[in-house]
Amino acid sequence: MLSKIREILSAAAIHYGWVMEPDAKNILQLAGIDVPVSCWAKTPEEALAFAAKQGYPLAMKVVSPQILHKSDVGGVIVGINTNESLLAGFEKMTRLQGFAGVLIEEMLQGIELIVGAKIDFQFGPVVMLGIGGVSVEIYQDTVIRMAPVARNDVESMVAHLKARTLLEGFRGAKPINLAALTNLMIIFSQLVTDLSDDIESIDLNPVLCNEERCVAADARIILPSSRT
Amino acid sequence: MTVFPKEDSMNLQPLFAPKSLAVCGVSLTNDNHPANVIYNKNLLRFPVNVYPVNPRGGTIRGEKVYTAIDQIDSDVDLAVIVVRAEHVPEIIKQCIRKKVRGAVVISGGFAEAGRQDLQAQLVEIASRADFPFIGPNCLGIYAPSQVDTFFLPSERMVYPGKGKVAIISQSGGILVDLLVKFAGEGIGLSLAVSIGNKALVKEEQLLQFLAKDPTTSVIAFYIEGFGKNEGRKFVHAARKCKKPVIVMKAGKTTGGQRAVSSHTASLAGDYKVLSDIFAQYGIVEARNEQELLSFCESLSSYPNSSAKKIGIITGSGGHGAMAVDACLGHGLEVPLLPDAEQKSLRDSLSPSIRPIAATDNPIDLTGSAVEDDFAIATSALLDSSEVDCVLVLLLPYLPGISSDLSARISQLAQKTKKPLIAYVPHVERYRMLIEGFEFNKVPVSPSIEGAVLMVEALRRRSSC
Repeated sequence: MLSKIREILSAAAIHYGWVMEPDAKNILQLAGIDVPVSCWAKTPEEALAFAAKQGYPLAMKVVSPQILHKSDVGGVIVGINTNESLLAGFEKMTRLQGFAGVLIEEMLQGIELIVGAKIDFQFGPVVMLGIGGVSVEIYQDTVIRMAPVARNDVESMVAHLKARTLLEGFRGAKPINLAALTNLMIIFSQLVTDLSDDIESIDLNPVLCNEERCVAADARIILPSSRT
Repeated sequence: MTVFPKEDSMNLQPLFAPKSLAVCGVSLTNDNHPANVIYNKNLLRFPVNVYPVNPRGGTIRGEKVYTAIDQIDSDVDLAVIVVRAEHVPEIIKQCIRKKVRGAVVISGGFAEAGRQDLQAQLVEIASRADFPFIGPNCLGIYAPSQVDTFFLPSERMVYPGKGKVAIISQSGGILVDLLVKFAGEGIGLSLAVSIGNKALVKEEQLLQFLAKDPTTSVIAFYIEGFGKNEGRKFVHAARKCKKPVIVMKAGKTTGGQRAVSSHTASLAGDYKVLSDIFAQYGIVEARNEQELLSFCESLSSYPNSSAKKIGIITGSGGHGAMAVDACLGHGLEVPLLPDAEQKSLRDSLSPSIRPIAATDNPIDLTGSAVEDDFAIATSALLDSSEVDCVLVLLLPYLPGISSDLSARISQLAQKTKKPLIAYVPHVERYRMLIEGFEFNKVPVSPSIEGAVLMVEALRRRSSC
């Protein structure tokens, strides 16, 4: 598994310095992390074929080696419900810089968390859990632990989030599947420990958590500058 | 080539309890030279044999100056090296040949001045021979009634009493300041080490040494930064250590971090990473000097207690309210006592305060309370399963209490495993009350916030 992951990372390193979303998700899936059902469509026909198989609603994200923060440039469309809007969205994406297709994914509902990792100079691989989405840097509600983490570390991370009540089922909402989150954190922290020489940081943002699943809906892997 | 230091095979003990000391670099003409200050103070005040060394020989204070360390005919445990940086490698080699057991390199002019190469040379020479040295660019070691390598004249230093707290500091200046404040707060010291550039002996090795040192029960650090992956080694060593480890970290706001491209890298700044990981591993982080002093005092009395639910005893409602605010601000709880416990407490109080005292927690005995009331309330909270730590706010000006009260309630606490922490205003007039706590190893603070910090230390001690 690790050698396959390193192959993907090496290929990405040669080209960009970070790993594009379809490859990053491929790596996560290889490691055993839940990711959305998806298709990297390079033509409108491929997009339509996936939609026919998967059904609506769908999310569409641009794939481009030149776009690191997709939503900042209009590279993310959610809630696509018809073939027409799928094709219109595709057309719009083709005009973005470095267009290399789109990633079309099943739409998931849940609380948006961020799960991250970085290779820290002083402490080596560390993982982060926090309230995610586009406002992460505003709320800054995150907890960090040294990787790899065990079950009790994940429990303590959740307990130290200011917004932990959201995860426990706030105002009638169902609590998230904590076992799935714990499992994700444990696998992820082991993955970044194994890859501590190969990567610089990883963002899984958002990780969508509901009462059933915790799914890495977006992933960004930054490679060390020495590799690029 | 890279030589990996074999720190674990080094014996640090002779550094801190040397029987003989060579001071390399004494001046024959300048008695204020740092080496002379070190030579003089150890000669006059410490139970070590001291040998001055200078290649030119001669005499100093009527004693023979040796031209080289290998000219000393007795064994030398510790060499203090105060010569120009470029001469240090050669002196380290001489020390190794002479079978000196360790060194303190006071001299600057190494990595901090752009001479990483010279520093690497020292590390290589010393680690090949398992020869431990502290520094360079440091003040070195102060071990009470053993040795003092600080180049500060004795009469300018304020030495704390002998006690159980060891301090390791990356900064010499901060360390000397802390000694002054330890003395002021009555915190006893087991060992103080300024490690400067920490080229060979780093925080991790000192932590491992102090973990086994029978004279030390609390280990405090002032840290500016760790080298690559050294933070990881340090927290692993701290987890293995049974004693409380306190760290005050400087450089919380790091400017000039390189531009970051991921959310994680931006959210997980150096300080946030360190602070969260310290909490994970039960390392007590002191965010400033007041916290450090409070934590040292509290944890040296209660190295293995934890505190989350606090019971408060006061003679004034205002003090109680201030203490509750401070506790809640730190995430501590001040639980209400059950009705039955409140009733039984109230029934035991003096008839004069029975109708006016508050018993829910804080227990406000009012200004009319007498000594027995404080003792009864203390016993009630020590016995209550609702609280795991007792904070007593003692107002010495209340007419009903005497200077004996502090010793009396301290002794009540000593019969239980529950920590007792006290507040008494610190002025000379109340000295006996303060010492009644201090002599009985009950931490006592001159401020309510300080007393709550002493409680907070016990909470931070438990890893999360």
